[in-house]
Amino acid sequence: MKHKFLLLGATSAIAHATARLWVQRGAALVLVGRDAVKLQQALQDLQVRAGPQAHLLHAIQADLEDVSRHAALIDEAWQRLGGLDGVLIAHGTLPDQTACDADVSLALAHLHTNGVSVVSLCAHIAQRMKTAQAGTLAVISSVAGDRGRQSNYLYGAAKGLVSLYLQGLRNRLYPHGVHVLTIKPGFVDTPMTAGIGPKGALWATPERVAADIVRAMDRNTDVLYTPGFWRFIMMVVRHIPERVFKRLRL
Amino acid sequence: MTQPTQAWGRMPTPPAKYERPLTDRHTNLPRPSDAQNTLLAHGWGRSYGDVALNPGHTLLHTRHLDRFMAFDPATGVLRAEAGVSLDAILRLVIPQGWFLPVTPGTRFVTLGGAVANDVHGKNHHVMGSFGDHVRALELLRSDGSRQQCSATQHPDWFRATVGGLGLTGLITWVEIGLRRIAQPDVQAINRRFASIDDYWALDAHWMPRCEYAVAWVDCLRGGRGIYTAGLHAGAQAQWRHPPAPQRQWPMTPPLSLVNRASVWGFNWLYYHRPLPPQTLMPWPAFFYPLDGIGQWNRMYGPRGFIQYQCVLPPATMRDASRELLRLIGSRGQGSFLAVFKTFGNRTAPGMLSFPRPGSTLALDFPFQGEATLRLCHELDAVVREAQGALYPAKDARMPGSMFRAGYPDWEAFSTYVDPAFSSGFWRRVQT
Repeated sequence: MKHKFLLLGATSAIAHATARLWVQRGAALVLVGRDAVKLQQALQDLQVRAGPQAHLLHAIQADLEDVSRHAALIDEAWQRLGGLDGVLIAHGTLPDQTACDADVSLALAHLHTNGVSVVSLCAHIAQRMKTAQAGTLAVISSVAGDRGRQSNYLYGAAKGLVSLYLQGLRNRLYPHGVHVLTIKPGFVDTPMTAGIGPKGALWATPERVAADIVRAMDRNTDVLYTPGFWRFIMMVVRHIPERVFKRLRL
Repeated sequence: MTQPTQAWGRMPTPPAKYERPLTDRHTNLPRPSDAQNTLLAHGWGRSYGDVALNPGHTLLHTRHLDRFMAFDPATGVLRAEAGVSLDAILRLVIPQGWFLPVTPGTRFVTLGGAVANDVHGKNHHVMGSFGDHVRALELLRSDGSRQQCSATQHPDWFRATVGGLGLTGLITWVEIGLRRIAQPDVQAINRRFASIDDYWALDAHWMPRCEYAVAWVDCLRGGRGIYTAGLHAGAQAQWRHPPAPQRQWPMTPPLSLVNRASVWGFNWLYYHRPLPPQTLMPWPAFFYPLDGIGQWNRMYGPRGFIQYQCVLPPATMRDASRELLRLIGSRGQGSFLAVFKTFGNRTAPGMLSFPRPGSTLALDFPFQGEATLRLCHELDAVVREAQGALYPAKDARMPGSMFRAGYPDWEAFSTYVDPAFSSGFWRRVQT
């Protein structure tokens, strides 16, 4: 039974919903978030839910954009709980594609947040888990990383980078008993997607996605599409020939 | 596939112009793009009419403001953000020996909504309404000011905000006092009654003996029904019950399934069902019979339905309720859910609170356009004659004059309304 977890981007809706489920089992958690006030709010909520086990919850304020701090941050998280069973990487942004088309530096900044900073964290965590010969590394990628579409290919490219990197990492760490999970949510109703409306039948709640993540981490799933129907939608989307696809407006 | 936010009654209404989620209680309110555009908080959307709708204006969704802030299991004091649901609270506190002191007929409402509508439960005669258990709340105004309100701090703002229909600003967090229980299940008694006169006799007998009391009435058969009362069970009470399955109402039928024939049949079966005179009921079945069927409001079809809930003062309640039942029976507009409840003799905490001494009757009618509105209008006349009032949380159609007659403090209240806040309901009853 895994019971020591690190959540990076812990104040995001999906990470927070996942943390609540882990708290229900009495897990020990380290939460990492950028905004000190939001981090405190998230910690308080989980402490109330944990009741007498509130002392098992820790929070570290850190800006994950700053890759130079990653090594020290991962060290600190490992020491707080004396080892970790699982890590969930959940931080990210949803860039406005039109703005990124007009401003290259903005595009690169989002690529750094959603792609490069995630790879950096994974590399540090992979070393730790390989040494321990155990652990589960779960990363929130996206269905958007399965194929580039004109409406959000910058986000898609960053997530595609993450998904592909995780494939290689999974392959490398398999002999060492380390499990890597790629999480590919579809549309989730969170503050990050607040600007997109109205929400239709394809939209899922963070609670639903969190339940899928917890189950997939328990079962050592490799790739999780959540909700499950996205597996079939993306199978279709991936198989449309490029000659046809480039003419579509998706 | 996509739909704008609707009220629980599902009556077609114009959508809000903007819908924005609130995610952080520390940030200020979004500024409306134009001065005419007003704000209104919207929680889980269980209000029946337009108290939580803002057609053509802005809705602020509070469902992401769902964090607990503090809970002391020794004293039962809980502080949480306004978007936390009563369901989440119960799941946290029941295992620790606490329960909500007041709960409405559904646990899928937010804390902020429960305060803003000053909701009541089946135990009003013992525990009062929800606002009676609010120890403090924070009110965020459109000018950026925040104030902590309670019965002693800014008591006038507190009285305006409890039952204030979300119009005095945004409630960001609420602190409530819970009540101790040995176990959440309820020792219940059930009694059939043949007429509304027998109901009064049963009520007089059981109300002093039980914390919870309510009656279901068959309004197509002259007011016979079933009286149910209950108490939280003692520590020793034992009962094995299977967990209730969660069902979903699958789709919206093209026509309302609620009509004279179906109500007539349902009510006969419901009245004659095997009825244990005394039983231990699992708490979800006793408090939240309809929460087991997700989206049950779909059975009324695409036109939705209206709930009519009134309160009648003690002096007139017997005659007026008989007259209301007679009218409904003669129009053949039956209702699956006709609920009778006697309020306790106490003053409510809010300026616009609905609970007051007397008796309350709640009815659901499938919406059939003019005919339904006409019937409600006839019922209005009886309620007004009896010096009663209608419940804004359930209302989608009362005229302004009816509102003003039922809420004499409305004028004092309106001085506390935040200039940037409004709702479909508030604009409607201004006329």
